[in-house]
Amino acid sequence: MSTGKRLDVVGKPRRRVDSRGKVLGQLRFADDLSLPRMLHCKLLRSPHPHARIESIDVSRAEKHPGVHLVLTGKDFPIPFGIMPVAQDEHALAPERVRFVGDPVAAVIAKDEQTAGEALGLIEVKYQPLPTIATPEEALANAETRIHDYGEQGNIHRNQAYEFGDVEEALAGSDHVFEDTFFYEGNTHLPMEQQASLAAVEGDGKLTLSSSTQNPHYLHRQLARVLQMPASQIRVIATPNGGGFGGKCDPANHELVVSKAALILGRPVKICLTREEVFYQHRGRHPVLMRFRTGVTKDGRLTGMHLQTLLDGGGYGSHGPASTFYTGVLTPVTYELPRFKFEACRVFTNKPPCGPKRGHGTPQPRFGQEVQLDKIAEKLGLDPAEMRLGMVTKADALTANWLKIGSTGLAECIRKVVEMSGWKEKHRKLPEGRGVGLACSAYMCGAGVSIYWNKMPHSGVQLLLDRSGQVSVLCGATEIGQGSDDVLAAIVAETLGIGTGDVRVHTGDTGLTPIDLGSYSSRVTVMMGNAALQAAGRVREQIVAAAAESLEILPGRVLLSQGRVFSADDSSKTMSFAEAVTLAESKFGTLGAVGSYAPPRQPGRYKGSGVGPSPAYSFSACVVETEVDPATGWITVPKIWVAHDIGRAINPVHARGQVIGGVYMGLGEALMEEQVFRRLPAKLSGALVHRIPSMLEYKSLTSLDMPEVEVALVEEPDPNCPFGAKEAGQGPLLPVMPAVANAIFDAVGVRIDELPITPDKVLAALQLKAEGKPPRIGPGSFPNVPYAKAMFVLPPWEGGDGNESTPQRAIAGAAGT
Amino acid sequence: MSGNGKIERRRNVQLRLNLNGEEAEVSFAPYKTLLEVLREDLGLTGTKHGCELGECGACTVLVDGTPVLSCLQLAVECEGRSVETIEGLARGNALHPLQAAFADHGGSQCGYCTPGVIMTAKALLGEEPNPSRDRIREATSGNLCRCTGYNQIVESIEVAAADLRTPGK
Repeated sequence: MSTGKRLDVVGKPRRRVDSRGKVLGQLRFADDLSLPRMLHCKLLRSPHPHARIESIDVSRAEKHPGVHLVLTGKDFPIPFGIMPVAQDEHALAPERVRFVGDPVAAVIAKDEQTAGEALGLIEVKYQPLPTIATPEEALANAETRIHDYGEQGNIHRNQAYEFGDVEEALAGSDHVFEDTFFYEGNTHLPMEQQASLAAVEGDGKLTLSSSTQNPHYLHRQLARVLQMPASQIRVIATPNGGGFGGKCDPANHELVVSKAALILGRPVKICLTREEVFYQHRGRHPVLMRFRTGVTKDGRLTGMHLQTLLDGGGYGSHGPASTFYTGVLTPVTYELPRFKFEACRVFTNKPPCGPKRGHGTPQPRFGQEVQLDKIAEKLGLDPAEMRLGMVTKADALTANWLKIGSTGLAECIRKVVEMSGWKEKHRKLPEGRGVGLACSAYMCGAGVSIYWNKMPHSGVQLLLDRSGQVSVLCGATEIGQGSDDVLAAIVAETLGIGTGDVRVHTGDTGLTPIDLGSYSSRVTVMMGNAALQAAGRVREQIVAAAAESLEILPGRVLLSQGRVFSADDSSKTMSFAEAVTLAESKFGTLGAVGSYAPPRQPGRYKGSGVGPSPAYSFSACVVETEVDPATGWITVPKIWVAHDIGRAINPVHARGQVIGGVYMGLGEALMEEQVFRRLPAKLSGALVHRIPSMLEYKSLTSLDMPEVEVALVEEPDPNCPFGAKEAGQGPLLPVMPAVANAIFDAVGVRIDELPITPDKVLAALQLKAEGKPPRIGPGSFPNVPYAKAMFVLPPWEGGDGNESTPQRAIAGAAGT
Repeated sequence: MSGNGKIERRRNVQLRLNLNGEEAEVSFAPYKTLLEVLREDLGLTGTKHGCELGECGACTVLVDGTPVLSCLQLAVECEGRSVETIEGLARGNALHPLQAAFADHGGSQCGYCTPGVIMTAKALLGEEPNPSRDRIREATSGNLCRCTGYNQIVESIEVAAADLRTPGK
């Protein structure tokens, strides 16, 4: 309905609807909540990375003055997990702990201090078990399984797909490049520690207010674990003080305080300590990867064989999806005629890995984009020109049957080349200084829900009344990304009012229609489309009533800036509130719902549900670096990034999302790592987090962060509300490879693993001085028992999107 | 901590301080930090916590005009002192120029580090009305933010500084 209309709200810089409360300190995060008679909960966590629980004696803790309740694993017989295929966690471990920090008991007491004291009175007898520290150890030790489910031994998931005969493509290539990369794990480090408050309300129903990104999935898991009807449970997602994927999984503490509140009939709150946030984790998987990529002599891709090995940590979490995501989005950026990927996730005795900003995709994107830089170097091509020559086209299909909508990738590359002065700098700066370029693509919402169903992915309800009040309700969750503002803006634009005229209610399963949550960069597109539909329906009623009163045709009614008026006669006008009153008189109580489900995707093979999205965003990035040859110290004076956002709903905040993504990517490139060490044998030999604190987990401060110059490229996508695509995740992805490529341009060394720390640069410079290959990175790739690849013909080879038989078997060609 | 039941330290102490320009009196357990007393005993939850170990800066408040990590300050040390928190910044219903700039220029995304950063910036602008970009970055380097990448925080402080330097503000 808004096609061709001048936009009043969308695309205009505005104060976010939620920012006033934030700058006043008035917005209430989960730990800011308190209720009369509220009790406090603390969790006892395992000091062992892998052990059998022989006994737990809570009698002394129960007698401690001020303690109201002690819970253990026997109180939680039902397992849970975010994914239906990985229900492998218990709120409190019943008989086995799988990482240092795995919760085993909970104390609920009059205050945190008392609860903490009582934890020390719980006696747990553990029988330590052999521990698995790395994927290599997991592959080598099938026995002492960390879980009794999975593919085999300590392999959790195997996925393998081949889209066209890749060996044939590589054999026919002018060059085949083989590279191995390692991307270390890292964590979200949201500023807000997770907190939850559970209470039984006056009506006997349970309410859980929690810092969760996904109230709907949490709601389902609460019903499962507590064995209560979901309709008796209300989950309120409090505004998240940063999420980045770390608050997606239903968490032990959320289940524990809910159970405790139901037993005690009193409100129970918990706030994790910063140390505990590191144990909760669910962050970036450490991934080892090998690329074998064929190219023509002018640098066009002919085929790629990608192998990945993910270190999953102690539980499943989103792991099955993460495993897919180390492969499926690889073909979205450049035309890739044939593609094979094999992915394997193993269990280790460390905090579980899960979704972090970019979920599974930053790791292969790093390898892919660094390898492209090596290819350009070898072939004597300009890395930007080489990429420009093979970007995927709008509305194209990829080898793995993903449907690309709009794309501004070529424009993104041209923009960063121009803004950065690439042509004057690349391979031309003095020794020690360099520039690197990389690109990426990301999804705008997962095309399939985490559990299979035919229902909408997002629902929006609008309520209007004679006061002119517009209330919009949606289950979407504000995690800082600005989703409340996007929701208000889409409603305001459609109804011709301002965002300040809209009352926003979000993330409350007791009030708001279901939205699947703030993950996979889905909210702007899915919630936005649902909001557009709901607002469009209400708009029709307002227009009909106003047209009747103004005595004009409905098609000539305009809504803009709080007025409803004739397009042809400016004297025929009324306020928005007057029009709402007329509509309420004519139609009765006003309201409408809207809903959205992503379009069906062309892939038909089993597993084709991971990767499809209503649209894809694209990004290109140039990083400049200065490398001190004496110390290996890396300075980044400036970063240029262009992001195809489709359309920016609020350019100030879209730019903020882009810079924030660049920041997190730069941190991952240079310093962020969640790493572990073994304690000396005389202490226990336990595998422990190196130091779970903000001081030791290095992240960029304002002094480390360079200026980021942002170009928002707007290629509106027809599947998206006002054409708007995502900005929250995509711009992170090109940063890490651009840094690595810039370091090569500066000092001629290849660091094929993240983070790129000064010691690695120095070691590579030393190799260079000795005349050896100046590269630091993984030396070999282990022998992984991958699954037999499912063969699917790409669209241009006569495939129909289903599994098929490889032609090579008929031809008798040798496989690998 | 010792496990014997007689815990004298739990007897509350009394504190008087000037809180956001008003005289205040509060009773609390003596081991509590200023952060805990502000949030739990005085109900001022605008001051946030991200580590309670002095690493993140989220709990920054001004004590006698100086930025202090309230998680590292025992409340009993604040007797007779002046404490200013984010709740004391607005002028009536109007946002302080720092608050307005953060709201308008993307200085606040999730909003969790925001009160601490704004208090740090207020102290800076009180001493240096026209700080350079580098000086702003230096002054706020103890305040971690995971959302913004700092660029828009620095820009917001620059806008607020210009606004505060304008006569009549």
